[in-house]
This record gives sequence, C-alpha cells and structure tokens, in this order.
Amino acid sequence: MSPLLKHTPLHSAHVNAGARMVEFGGWDMPVQYTGIIEEHRRVRAAVGLFDVSHMGEFEVEGPDALGALQAITTNDVAALAVGQVQYSLFCYPEGGLVDDLTVYRLAPDRFMVTVNASNIEKDWAWVTTHGARAEWRNVSAETGLIAVQGPRAEDLVAGMAGIDVRAIGYYHFARGTVAGVSTLISRTGYTGEDGFELYVPWGETERVWLALLAAGTKVDGGPIGLGARDTLRLEMRYALYGNDIDQTTNPLEAGLGWVVKPRKGDFIGKPAVERMRAEGPRRTLIGLEMADRSVARHGYPVLSGGRRVGEVTSGTFGPSVEKSIAMAYVETPLAAVGTAIDVEIRGQARPAHVVKTPFHPSHVKR
Amino acid sequence: MANVPGDLRYTKDHEWAKPDGTRYRIGITAYAQEQLGDVVFVELPKVGTKVTATQAFGVVESVKAVSDLFAPLSGEIVEINTALPNAPQRVNQDPYGQGWMIVIAPSKAGEWDALLTAPQYEQLLLSEAH
Repeated sequence: MSPLLKHTPLHSAHVNAGARMVEFGGWDMPVQYTGIIEEHRRVRAAVGLFDVSHMGEFEVEGPDALGALQAITTNDVAALAVGQVQYSLFCYPEGGLVDDLTVYRLAPDRFMVTVNASNIEKDWAWVTTHGARAEWRNVSAETGLIAVQGPRAEDLVAGMAGIDVRAIGYYHFARGTVAGVSTLISRTGYTGEDGFELYVPWGETERVWLALLAAGTKVDGGPIGLGARDTLRLEMRYALYGNDIDQTTNPLEAGLGWVVKPRKGDFIGKPAVERMRAEGPRRTLIGLEMADRSVARHGYPVLSGGRRVGEVTSGTFGPSVEKSIAMAYVETPLAAVGTAIDVEIRGQARPAHVVKTPFHPSHVKR
Repeated sequence: MANVPGDLRYTKDHEWAKPDGTRYRIGITAYAQEQLGDVVFVELPKVGTKVTATQAFGVVESVKAVSDLFAPLSGEIVEINTALPNAPQRVNQDPYGQGWMIVIAPSKAGEWDALLTAPQYEQLLLSEAH
C-alpha cells in the first residue's frame, strides 16, 4: 500500500470491513468485499452501496457561469432547469474528449460539475483556463459521494431521508438530509438500476455510509467494490473514461452524439465534431458477445477475415447476462448488429458477434 | 492464511500436485483462487498434450485478470476436468477438489521431490504477504 495514494473518507471503513484494496487513478480503493459476481448480483437484485468519493466536483457561480459552461461542454446547459442533472462532455478543439461529466443546476446562476477522479487536475486546469470568465471552486476535497443502487435503493434511502425522495425523477436532484446529514440527493447512477448518488460533506461521509450499511442489511444491501462497478456499467455499455473514451476518441464514434448540441451556440470542439458528423465516423463503438467464455480485454485486436478492424476497449464476463461481453471500436461498416467478427486472444482468433446494447436491460426510473 | 493441505506439493506459481496412483492431479491453490477472485473461464489443453515442468499449459481468467497455469511436472496430460468450461466457479469453491484441472502421467523422475512441500509453500505465502 503506497503512502502516496489518496484516501476517501471511507478508507478505514473499507479496510476494517476486509475489502481488498487496489490503486485506482491515484486512490487506494476497494475492488471487492466478498466477490465481484456476488456484489454485482446484489445490486441487480437488492441494493448496493458504492464509495465514489474519489470523483471530483467543481462549482461555478455568477452571471457568467452559464456562458462559461456552454463554451466548454457539448450539451445544452440552458435547457437544464434548477434541480436537474445533465450528462455532458468536455471536448478538445480537435474533437477528442477531455472528460465526461454530469452538470447540476443548483440555482439559476450556480452549477456543480462532477468529473472522473483520474481527471480532476486536468479538468480543473481546463475549466479555469477555458471558462475563466466565471468563478470556479474545486470542492472535490470537501465532498464525499456515496452511490446507492438497486431495486431496493428507493426503499432504503426513503427510510433515512428527511425529504420525499420518491418524488425525485431520473436525472433530477433535491437537497435534504440522509441520516441527519445535509445531502444533495441525486437520482443518477452508473449501474442501469434505479438509485441515488448522495453528495455529503467529506467529514460526514462515514456517518452516512455506516447508517446506510446498517439499514441496508434489512433489504439485503451491502458494500460494492470497483470490480462490480465496472461489470455493472459494462453490461449497460456506459463508457469509462480511459478505457472506452479518451483524448483520441470523438463523441460520435463513441455513440455520444446525443449529448452534443450544436444548435446551442459555439463550444470548444464544435467545428471538429460537426465536420465528423458530416463525414460520418470511420469507426464505431460496438457491443460484442464472445461465442465462449474467454474474456476480451482492453487493447485486444478485433479481426474480420483475419484483418485487423478494431480494438477492444472494455471487456468482462457479465454476471447478469452470463456471457463474455465487450465494447470495441470497429470500422463502421462492421458495426451492424449480428456481424460476425473475431477477437484475438493470446494469439488466437476467437469468434464473437456484434450485439444490441445495453447488454442487460436498463431499470432506471424514467 | 489460505488453506494449504499437508499431503500436496506446490509450485511457486501457486499450483498444487497430488499423487493419484502413478499419476498426478493438478490444480491451483486456495491462495491463488482468492487472489484471482471469481474465475469465469479456464482454458485447458487436450488430453494427450505433452507438458514440461514450469511451462504454461493453460489459462485461468477471472473477472479482473488473466493468469497462466504452469505445469508442476513434465509428462502427458491423460485427463482434463471437463466440468470446468461450464462451471469455472468450482475453482473458487473447491480448489483442491472439484476445481482440479488436469492429470499428468509423469515422464521425468525426481521432479516431484523438487516441488515445494506444504511448509515451504506456507513460507512462500508469508513472504508474498509483505
């Protein structure tokens, strides 16, 4: 365990609970408690608690906040009502991705953006450089974040919240209390199940976590590590920055064209993305299913008739779909559902085919 | 500390070997399966394949990682665990029993004696814990 790794406010709770810890984006994080497959199934069947306090949060405020956000994100922030959340992207001028993020409209001229843990420093430099006309505050170090995900999440949080959380719609949020702690309660997640993400003060995170764990035992809840977080998001084909999207991938080939809104006005990356839209993406991020249970992992070549036509970006054994599944960029003509392709695994071409995504049906609250 | 049965011999790569008449049954240790986590795929060679001690003979994949399987002994594979393709979780549930992988008919005398004894393997695990 390196002393240089950062700790979330729940670090000792994870270690005390016997979690296996791993390095992730500079943080010492739990990869599993009892086992990835068991934790994955717990989230699909009941409810799981995730420590995602390592993620970054920035606040931006003032009369120029909306304009600054419009200029550096691809989605239309003006369409966002107070109390609403939006998935969005930071693009480079060339169209590659700085990060993917969510935008919260806290007040008419006050917003919060949540960014990936491994990108906090890069994103902070990005927003303060390119959104410099507004007042930014990096609140990552004072903000803990707990995700509560699964079909029993609503029951669990409702029983502990000071407000009616059942009234919060998907991709909306409200301020209230959970376990007596002031919380921003967001109906969002990264699992494909109904649930919440709870933003709490850093120093109160453990109190909320332990209260959720205690109450969660009544609904078969339990803590979930990053291993199951990855298999859950992969079954939903949610992109992971650093695996499926990065500086070299553009929103269109990643299937994220739906969060690029050129009509809103100018933003960084717009000319490049518009040019790509006119030309059509040369490669496309697809979902594939292996014929056997061998696992297609990040970086493995994708072949068609022995020719290299792409590369796997994420792959795993999907515990809910009970198949070996992966995401991969392939030449766009090969992206049609049903197309037979091969994945080169340890020097051997193994059969796979393109499938419809998500791999597992979404159960988010619409 | 993971379970290390006294009647088996071990490799530093965390395979075990167990005498079975004139042959040896092979698998991975309890420690190895714990480190791997949920096993989802086991790739084994065909019966009749010749293997060499310390060389890879197959692959085990967990959700998070892929790992080579190394032969503890040289010889010919005379049996493989045909249940594993459909039930790879047996490697986690019963690594020294139903999670066995192959049976080798040995071709070289003396290799068994060179394998780690249970106390030696336990010592290795202690040193890996640091």
